[in-house]
Amino acid sequence: MEQFFQQLTNGLAVGSIYALIALGYTMVYGVLKLINFAHGDLFTLGAYLGMTLLTSLLLQDRLGTAAGLLLLAVMVMGLVAVTGAVLERAAYRPLRESPRLSAVVSALGASIFLQNALMLVYGARYQVYPDILPQNAVSLLGLTVPVVRIAVVLVSVGMMAVLYLFVQKTKVGTAIRAAAIDQGAARLMGIDVNRVIRLVFMIGPALGGAAGLLVGLYYGQVNFTMGWTYGMKAFTAAILGGIGNIPGAMVGGLLLGVIEALGAAYLSIAWKDAIAFFVLILILIVRPSGLLGERVAEKV
Amino acid sequence: MSRRLLVGYASAAVVLGIAPLFLDPYWVDVLNSVGLYALLALSLNLILGDAGLFNMGQAAFYAVGAYTAAILSTQLHVPILWALPVSGLVAALFAALVARPVIHLRGDYLLIVTIGLGEIVRIALVNDVFGLTGGANGIFGIARPSILDHKIRRPQEFFYLIWAFVALTVFLFHRLEQSRFGRALNYLREDPVAAEGSGVNTARYKLLAFALGAGWAGMTGSLYAAKMTIISPESFSFWESVVVFLMVILGGSGSIPGVLLGAALVVMVPEFFRGLASARMLFFGLVMMVMMVVRPQGLLPLRAPRFKRSDLPRAEPAPGAAPGGAK
Repeated sequence: MEQFFQQLTNGLAVGSIYALIALGYTMVYGVLKLINFAHGDLFTLGAYLGMTLLTSLLLQDRLGTAAGLLLLAVMVMGLVAVTGAVLERAAYRPLRESPRLSAVVSALGASIFLQNALMLVYGARYQVYPDILPQNAVSLLGLTVPVVRIAVVLVSVGMMAVLYLFVQKTKVGTAIRAAAIDQGAARLMGIDVNRVIRLVFMIGPALGGAAGLLVGLYYGQVNFTMGWTYGMKAFTAAILGGIGNIPGAMVGGLLLGVIEALGAAYLSIAWKDAIAFFVLILILIVRPSGLLGERVAEKV
Repeated sequence: MSRRLLVGYASAAVVLGIAPLFLDPYWVDVLNSVGLYALLALSLNLILGDAGLFNMGQAAFYAVGAYTAAILSTQLHVPILWALPVSGLVAALFAALVARPVIHLRGDYLLIVTIGLGEIVRIALVNDVFGLTGGANGIFGIARPSILDHKIRRPQEFFYLIWAFVALTVFLFHRLEQSRFGRALNYLREDPVAAEGSGVNTARYKLLAFALGAGWAGMTGSLYAAKMTIISPESFSFWESVVVFLMVILGGSGSIPGVLLGAALVVMVPEFFRGLASARMLFFGLVMMVMMVVRPQGLLPLRAPRFKRSDLPRAEPAPGAAPGGAK
């Protein structure tokens, strides 16, 4: 039972990271109906930028761990958001009116490009993150859980809650939802759809970059290919919850994290990376609209 | 087939036919690689170019074919060239089986699912599924092919074997393009609803195209196994699928000469920039982005066939019409 609950908390931590990345896929898909393949690599970019800034600026020593990390997170999110906006302008906007295949191929090209650019800059080997987080653990209902694990879940859920409120309660959020439902009608209502799309391409990557930083801090190492695995899993999470649906991405991410952690523990560790793919294929066959995806009328 | 294309093929055949006499073994081997990738790209072209199905898991079927041939060769001592049709059949059956439930998915979803299939196959091979695939080390000691008691081992000999298969494939696929099946696929790609409305059984044709393309990749896999004598899961990674996909897109989706050109460029251009080998994929990614903006139809795009007067005798008469048609 002890092992079960340990795996459960571990799954929730990983799952909240998947959820954070999945938000980027789901928001872009909601507005553009495009799978942004490069999103996973923006996540990797966040992880690497976090590492560089951590080791070069040493904010955590000057401002204390909490304030330093906060400032660092803001910087990473800002930089990745700018990259996302540039990517949208360069690789996706020229193809907005093209057939679907063109945009998908361009997205895939962007992903390969970013991934290999990171490899050329940082090298192909695993890079180690500086160890700055406290290593202690707390006892929670008779279970010993590392503080970092709880922090990862809390930070992710906090950011998702802020995003949800932003999209539901603010005027800009309403514009995003309107553009997702019908771009033409949104334009007629005076919404600048191009700006909405740019904004979505900044919010998603910002969250993805934050997820990259979290992964670096939590696991302590990063690699240029990790965006590919995390990206595929986060995409699965987005489909699982219902693509285009923000709460769906959160539910899907947490659920996939738990399924994967329990599957690896009780079925087979060697097949751990295949579990997400099985889930993906199964959900597309059985319920392509996802768990919370009733809203999506489009046939897949 | 137009006269220009025939002249192109004939001159390419002549140049390739005498090339091994002038090239050192290294370059012959590069050309062998071009040939194998050309076969893979042609097989994917059937699925992606002709039927318009986004398949990013071609490496999986390539792997199934290669492993079938390797297992037949090492466990049952079947001559590798006899294993070739068997591995094609196994790959085609495997593809039909796994594609059956997902073939109806819309473009980008199918792409993701085929990526997933490719990864599952690779992970299954690494995990030594059924105890037959040798795990991460793969299978070694695959017998060399032999034709009429002549054992094929030198790169030059493989060159003629591989390129003969390429020539056969090009011929057959051009015939297929002209056939009822090929036309149905093109129709299906251009407008699935209209195709369905005109009596094309879209689900069946999609599945057939998928299985045929996968089967061809499987046969290519057995050629690869015969050439290398060692195969391991890392030869069938996601990047193989990406590279083959790139060849089809770069050359011109649906166009056989285009796909051949794509394969030649993607394999040979990096050979001239070997100092920049680590930037190879970076460059490919850039090419994919730029091509889609500048020339999405590819370098040698498919040209819509025109009905000429000389085609008249070959045209199928409408049901009930007198042979030869109305004058």
